Amino acid sequence: MIIGLGHYLGVAAILFTLGIFGIFLNRRNVIVILMSIELMLLAVNINLVAFSSFNGDLAGQAFAMFILTVAAAEAAIGLAILVVYFRNRGSIAVEDVSMMKG
Amino acid sequence: MAAMPLLPEILLACAGLIFLMIGVFMGDRSAKPLAYAVAATLVAVFLIGLMMPAGPAFGGLFISDKLATFAKALIVVGAAATAVMAAARATPGDGSGAVRFEQPVLMLFAALGMMLMVSANDLISLYMGLELQSLSLYVLAAIRRDSLRATEAGLKYFVLGALSSGMLLYGCSLIYGYTGYTGFDMIAEQVLAAPDTNIGLIVGLVFLIAGLAFKVSAAPFHMWTPDVYEGADTPITAFFAAAPKAAALALFARVMADPLLGAAESWSQVVAMLAGISVVVGAFGALAQRNIKRLLAYSSIGHVGFALIGLAAASEIGVRGLLIYTAIYLFMNLAAFACVLAMRRDGDAVENIDDLAGASRTHPAMALALAAILFSMAGIPPLAGFFGKLYVLQAAVEAHLYILAVVGVLASVVSCFYYIRLIKVMYFDEASDPLDGPMPRDLGMVLGVATIVILLFIVLPGPIVSEATAAAQQLFQN
Repeated sequence: MIIGLGHYLGVAAILFTLGIFGIFLNRRNVIVILMSIELMLLAVNINLVAFSSFNGDLAGQAFAMFILTVAAAEAAIGLAILVVYFRNRGSIAVEDVSMMKG
Repeated sequence: MAAMPLLPEILLACAGLIFLMIGVFMGDRSAKPLAYAVAATLVAVFLIGLMMPAGPAFGGLFISDKLATFAKALIVVGAAATAVMAAARATPGDGSGAVRFEQPVLMLFAALGMMLMVSANDLISLYMGLELQSLSLYVLAAIRRDSLRATEAGLKYFVLGALSSGMLLYGCSLIYGYTGYTGFDMIAEQVLAAPDTNIGLIVGLVFLIAGLAFKVSAAPFHMWTPDVYEGADTPITAFFAAAPKAAALALFARVMADPLLGAAESWSQVVAMLAGISVVVGAFGALAQRNIKRLLAYSSIGHVGFALIGLAAASEIGVRGLLIYTAIYLFMNLAAFACVLAMRRDGDAVENIDDLAGASRTHPAMALALAAILFSMAGIPPLAGFFGKLYVLQAAVEAHLYILAVVGVLASVVSCFYYIRLIKVMYFDEASDPLDGPMPRDLGMVLGVATIVILLFIVLPGPIVSEATAAAQQLFQN
């Protein structure tokens, strides 16, 4: 079997869906949400690199590099917010993030 | 020189770094002077931008055109006004604690991100501008780090914002894959050459719209808005409601009407649905609210819905309507938040609607101005809000979106109820305990200027309408 563009896109689509479900179905821990976000961004990178390789165009790989950089900054800010939240709330369970409702 | 159109943004970035150093060395007592410096820098940088040559820069990654200039004017007005209002909170003897020096600096970086994203002419520069804005906003939402509500707001905003960035990126990757380009000019050619038949492109388009809808808080992607508005510190909420909304709406218009114009039939259906749901959610969601910041959150969802009605028309007058509506929305929100910021009792901020009771006697000028703003938000002629709605609904009718126009008008009637209820509370309810007076001078100035703009729009529509018309015209020419 030859691995074609469709296979890469399929893997990326599965990872992306897993990421979205990880955010919405997860009831335990906010850290898992951060991991799910990372999974989504990596799925996008697989897409971009696969397209870039099959179209013979470098822009997609440059884009993937930018996404990796921004994802690192995003994770840093997310963890920082999580730490200040934990200091105030004493818990990072998803059910406890519910001071405001309605 | 090839980088000349980008000079204002480069200057702004350098100024931000200098302000950050000043803040680090001087500590939190520099917060108030820094806020004024940030406001002055934003205005100065915008004026420098007007003198720079228009056109693309950096090999077409960046473009300075009339749409970008219009959006930058709104961003500068919104960010400078909210930076000044935030500084007004930092007066000594203020019960709510000192303002941190990072706050004005982060507002500057957020404004820089917005200016870059409205000038983006490539998917990569779009993403980088959007993320610079979003990352600054995540931190701003949680900047009161000793407050549980603020940190919870920051956490919610971060999770949903990152999810929306992921969806936007997935859309970008599919558009790149199926057109082969990241530049808007080349994507536009490819989309026009091979219209709607390409399923991969349509899927990418839908993901891109979902990501952008999160950023403008259009329903059904609005769930973060009320919580973040309520939880974040009030000056930060004022900032969130003004400049980022205007920037994201301008970006939405550019992405839809420039690279993806060839697929207009597909996206106009999706945008029409978003607009219809948003106006309904904005109207009904606000009915039961008792907190004025939550009420303004639902009100902003409704207003974004109206602006998107203009975009759904997928025409030049539609985009013109969107731009005019966004400008009017920005001024109305600045005025409303100046009043919310002035709501204090015994030095503590209060934010329930009932706290406004009796304001017509204790604060007659503020109550009168707020009443005018609320009538304008409700869309009562001859105030500016009415004309904003008129422009977008006219575009919708001309594009034969009759159902959407009817839904918009009905939702506007429902939303009248809660705007007018606020006026009733101010003028006819008995106050148990009056609010602190008088209003700080900075807040009064912002409220005064914004109210005058709203009141005089009918006689002097002036630069708002003419510049919006020129911007929409230029966008549809190429």
